[in-house]
Amino acid sequence: MTDQHGTETPAPQRGRSYGERRKQRIDDLAAASVDEAPGVSLYASAWRRLRRNPVFLIGAGITLLFVILAVISPWLAPWDPAATPLLDKVRPQSNPVPGPEPGHPLGGDDRGRDLLSRLLVGSQQTLIVGVMATLLGFFGGITLGTLAGALGGWIDSVVMRIVDVLLSIPSLLLAISIAALSQKPSQWTVIVAIAVTQVPIFARLLRGSLLGQRVSDHVLAARALGVKPGAVVFRHMVPNSLGPVIVQATLVLATSIIDAAALSFLGLGNSDDRKPEWGQMLGRAQPFIYDNPHLAIYPAACIIVVALGFTLMGESLREALDPKSRR
Amino acid sequence: MLRFIIRRLFQMVGVVLVLSFLLFMWLRSLPGGPVSAILGERATASRRQALEAALGLDQPIFVQYLKFLQRAIQGEFGISTQVLPGTDALEIFLMRLPATIELSFFAMLIAIPLAIPLGYFAARRRGSALDNTSIVVSLLGVAVPVFFTAFLLKYFFAIKWPIFPVSGRQSGDIDATRVTGFFVLDGILTREWDAAWDALMHLALPAIALATIPFAVIFRITRASVLDVLDEDYVRTAEAKGLTLRVIRSRHVLRNAMLPVTTIIGLQVGALLGGAVLTETVFSFPGIGQALAEAFRDKDYAVLQVLIMAAAAIFVLVNLLVDISYALIDPRVRAR
Repeated sequence: MTDQHGTETPAPQRGRSYGERRKQRIDDLAAASVDEAPGVSLYASAWRRLRRNPVFLIGAGITLLFVILAVISPWLAPWDPAATPLLDKVRPQSNPVPGPEPGHPLGGDDRGRDLLSRLLVGSQQTLIVGVMATLLGFFGGITLGTLAGALGGWIDSVVMRIVDVLLSIPSLLLAISIAALSQKPSQWTVIVAIAVTQVPIFARLLRGSLLGQRVSDHVLAARALGVKPGAVVFRHMVPNSLGPVIVQATLVLATSIIDAAALSFLGLGNSDDRKPEWGQMLGRAQPFIYDNPHLAIYPAACIIVVALGFTLMGESLREALDPKSRR
Repeated sequence: MLRFIIRRLFQMVGVVLVLSFLLFMWLRSLPGGPVSAILGERATASRRQALEAALGLDQPIFVQYLKFLQRAIQGEFGISTQVLPGTDALEIFLMRLPATIELSFFAMLIAIPLAIPLGYFAARRRGSALDNTSIVVSLLGVAVPVFFTAFLLKYFFAIKWPIFPVSGRQSGDIDATRVTGFFVLDGILTREWDAAWDALMHLALPAIALATIPFAVIFRITRASVLDVLDEDYVRTAEAKGLTLRVIRSRHVLRNAMLPVTTIIGLQVGALLGGAVLTETVFSFPGIGQALAEAFRDKDYAVLQVLIMAAAAIFVLVNLLVDISYALIDPRVRAR
């Protein structure tokens, strides 16, 4: 998908045929035996590769556009998303969803609200749900992962067993069972339910990375210098482990938004629709879907584009930060 | 090998115990507590008290937990209040299970034979048009919500161009004999070919929609794994020895590259269960996924309890099988 080779050495021609692949491998071997290029930090070399990676640029572009849109959408939207300017056009029997007309390029929804404005403003709540769910899951996972990875022993065993069990429940089922605990579904039910499904992922990732560092030289050096155990964990080990966890967070943002849409689709989301959200709009469109598929297609397309943006960005970040892909 | 299996079985018991404890706590924190969970919210006060005594809710919490375990082992999860009022919750689960197994099986039957060869050739011709196209398709598989894929398929291939049936497992006018509960298999066993064909047509769209989830994941893992293996020394050695491409492919590359793929196929079972909730809802396909969505919507906690417990148990069991097959393929795993 992307160019795996660093830019320090001239990028070898990518072999297409089988024979060319062999030739290239021999060239690679030869190149590897030559003195290494002067040391470049992981992040610097990653950034250098990312700047030229079209996949990353597209992903980051979509993400940036989405965030800007979410911030400025209240001023951009021609109508108040809760206002009902098209209400008198709604005919529950013959014409439940008003079509496009001057001033309302996408028409209205089943309550006569301007669809374009709802889509624009909807980006805000969608961003909030995705970011809040990921942040909650992130911090929950970091806490558990640090506990397990830094303290080790029986705490590690107990925490990891719980994490394994949480991982063993399919995430959508877990989210549904969490959502079942609340009396009245709301935006926060969705956020918490999705966050809980992400805690074990982050915890496992961080713990694995911390365990790997416990015997590494820089930790040993810090210990030998008499740095307090707490400081070793929080100043030397955790910051070094955060890279993969942050990349994972980018990817998780995409799944959060999709899972939130799934929960809304099943009717477990926020029932108060004065503040629009894409997943909720998609869920609310269900009864009208066969005569007016556009009511579902617009918010779904928005979700797909944004999820794709986060996924492309996350995938290329992961590839760039993977030391194995550095040459 | 036997020692490995026994060790894994013990680990599984631990996981199941923790799982049952979490489920117990979950049940206790449901709105209204376990009594409402079993009897439903509209039960009379006297029935509530009788059940509270029977469940031993006045006893210490660990006694309650043990009683809960006892009931779970005996399969007593209570009576359905909403999904099929009056029916035992476990029975509903057993009734609905074959439909979901059939659906997941066909989804995997579509996903695996497509994803593994595509992943292999994408890795082999890295950077080619085939590689880039399949990456984009698999990324779309991740980014498009499965219920939306299901809706699009239904909208175009069942409503706009009515090639496939809109919903259900079999047309009502077909008089099929039930043997196993798997409708396609039943039709083949009883030689009722029309019934088997009809069930297959009903399965097609939901199975394709559901297949997008495992397809994307299996494709990506296969591609990454083949890329890793192609760089290994033993592949170069095999090439240097002058072995034919076919031998290298089957003995050296694929056999090693398939290890992570086996694991991920096992892990996909969980994702399939989650996806089944959504696809079954879109196609009104009467499996456990649809029962789960209904149970949640109507707050039928007895059914919800069985389904969540069973789904997790199935997932744990499948992973045990995956681990064992993994150890069979790769001797190094047994030593660990």
